[in-house]
Amino acid sequence: MAELVKESVPKTKPKAPQRKRKSKSLEKIKSRSGWLFILPLLIGLIFIYVPILVNSINFSFSSIRHVAAEGVNEVTNVGFRNYVTALGSTEDGNLGFIENHLVSGLRQLAFTIPPVVVFSLFIAVLLNQKMMGRAAFRAIYFVPVIIATGLMDTLAQGNIMVGVAYGDGGSAMAEPTAASAIVGWQVEALFQIMAIGDFMTDFVIEIMGAIFDIINRSGVQILIFLAGLQAIPAEVYESCRMDGATSWETFWKITFPMISPMILVNTVYSIIDFFTASNNTIMGEISRTFYAEGATIATAMGWFYLLVIGLIIMLVMGVMSAFVFYQRRD
Amino acid sequence: MDEKLMPIEKGKKAKPEKLKPANEGKKKNVKIKADFERTSWIKRNSIKYLRWNFFFSVIFRFFRFMLLLGGAFVILLPFFTMIAGSFMTHADVVDITVRMIPRYPTLATYSAIIAENNFFPILGMTALISFLAAFFQMAVCCLIGYGLAKFKFRGNGLIMAAVIVSLIIPHEMLRLSMQNHMGGFDLLWDLGLLGAPGILGLVGASPLNLMNTYAPLMMLSLTGLGFKNGLFIFIFRQYFKGVPDELEESAYIDGSGVLRTFFKVILPLSVPMMITVFLLSFSWQWTDEFYARLFFRQVAGQARLLPDIIARIPASIAVQTGTGGEELFHATIRNTTGLMIIIPLVIIYLFFQRKLIQGIERSGITG
Repeated sequence: MAELVKESVPKTKPKAPQRKRKSKSLEKIKSRSGWLFILPLLIGLIFIYVPILVNSINFSFSSIRHVAAEGVNEVTNVGFRNYVTALGSTEDGNLGFIENHLVSGLRQLAFTIPPVVVFSLFIAVLLNQKMMGRAAFRAIYFVPVIIATGLMDTLAQGNIMVGVAYGDGGSAMAEPTAASAIVGWQVEALFQIMAIGDFMTDFVIEIMGAIFDIINRSGVQILIFLAGLQAIPAEVYESCRMDGATSWETFWKITFPMISPMILVNTVYSIIDFFTASNNTIMGEISRTFYAEGATIATAMGWFYLLVIGLIIMLVMGVMSAFVFYQRRD
Repeated sequence: MDEKLMPIEKGKKAKPEKLKPANEGKKKNVKIKADFERTSWIKRNSIKYLRWNFFFSVIFRFFRFMLLLGGAFVILLPFFTMIAGSFMTHADVVDITVRMIPRYPTLATYSAIIAENNFFPILGMTALISFLAAFFQMAVCCLIGYGLAKFKFRGNGLIMAAVIVSLIIPHEMLRLSMQNHMGGFDLLWDLGLLGAPGILGLVGASPLNLMNTYAPLMMLSLTGLGFKNGLFIFIFRQYFKGVPDELEESAYIDGSGVLRTFFKVILPLSVPMMITVFLLSFSWQWTDEFYARLFFRQVAGQARLLPDIIARIPASIAVQTGTGGEELFHATIRNTTGLMIIIPLVIIYLFFQRKLIQGIERSGITG
């Protein structure tokens, strides 16, 4: 017995390092080729992106004065003045970026992201089912992926400014028409009867008003969800059906956990998409500041904004990844 | 077993009767079926259709259809209104009784945009630029995605973080620096702020002004830093992570190098994914305004790319300032320009949408 134990212990020990050494050398060779593959990105980062970022940070701490006589831009370091100008409150004669734009932007975020994610999951589940005209519906629902970019936002903004209202859909994105206002009152009345708080009422009404925006924002998310749904093996559903689960149970016990990583990805993507979209009010303000108050102030604003975005994304990822189910735990 | 035995037994007993069933299994079935009394058509169908399950499923299908139809309507309606508006004259636009079908249909808006905004040359240029940029972005992002997915070198996570950061950073923020950098391009730190001269500066050459050339866009595309390229890299990375390692391992064992394995084994597999990324990249590049405005500041009023001409109202159809409904009519013209920009994209999309969806479906993108 004692011999056996003695033997078995050293037997396992030398094996492990051997295996390690082998894989290390292979991985070393492989790792070199890895650098080869990401070489383009590396070059881009070193020669273009990092200089630009450094430059941008520098600009946010300095002011530029164009000296016409010499034809050069004079750059002076001004410390945190740009940040103070951009972020300080309007009472002190500053731009009040936080109070005027950031808070409302974040509120808008809270009102947009959950509906977008839920809606796109819902539509993806529907589009994943076999039914009449599925191909046509898919084709239509992915149109926003191709087209709803900056161009359409610009057009829509122009339309809103002049209040273009051909057809009721066109005006749905501009301002509430009589019809949607009436529906809004109905919902409000219903919620008052049900004694749900004002917040929920506002939430639902705002979502109803923004339905056009929500549908047009969720193209990529639907695609990602659909890909995730396709990746769930059919055998799981089959065995579920054999065990007599209803489709409701199947959704909550199988589809939802399996798709939860995609929910995380989509939430983060939606947040990024929302933050960097050109029709976002905050981006609009930064763009306006760029031409009105000065490029350096706009850059400072942008860096602060990026900081906020980063924090929010990290927060969301931290909270959500606690609930995400990963099938492979390797 | 019983069925097989039966004909033999029967065959022994009565031969003349057995001629028919002994021939074929098919006929056997017929005979067995005839033994049962068939349930009536009405009863069968009533069991099938007159139940709550079927009733609910019909309701569910109806609502599903209506819901999808409603969503599709919301997506398509702006296009309908744009198309309708594009055929309207000023008189139609200001007439509130005209909604979708113009009273005096005209093609004047189209012809004015084509003639005065130099539409087709710009369309050709945009097509060329978008194609090149999309092709480069697809190829480069594919490489980078593969590198990040399959090789665990030191700094892999850092590079991935850089990719994510490049996706998050709002482009607006980099506008000034981008102008600065591309306006006086020099390899390595060309920043006067850091006080270090670039490589070109050391050699004695002056920095290059790349503004209003196609170089900046191509440079960004070739290095995977173009418009939303972080997303493409991420998509490719997730896709290649789903490709089993055994494929490459067997290729390595057969003596194939890393590059050869990639081009001969992995690339053919990922064609659907590449088509998808190409389509996304092409269409996003096509309608991207930011880089179009940033790198091609209109020289002497000459637009270079399609998104530039949106804001231009052709002089021949523009109404005078102060005329009623001027803003509205000009918005209609802008929409028409937007429509003309989008139409080629829609045509391409209709041809390739099946491929696009296939690529996404087979991507096996998972968390």
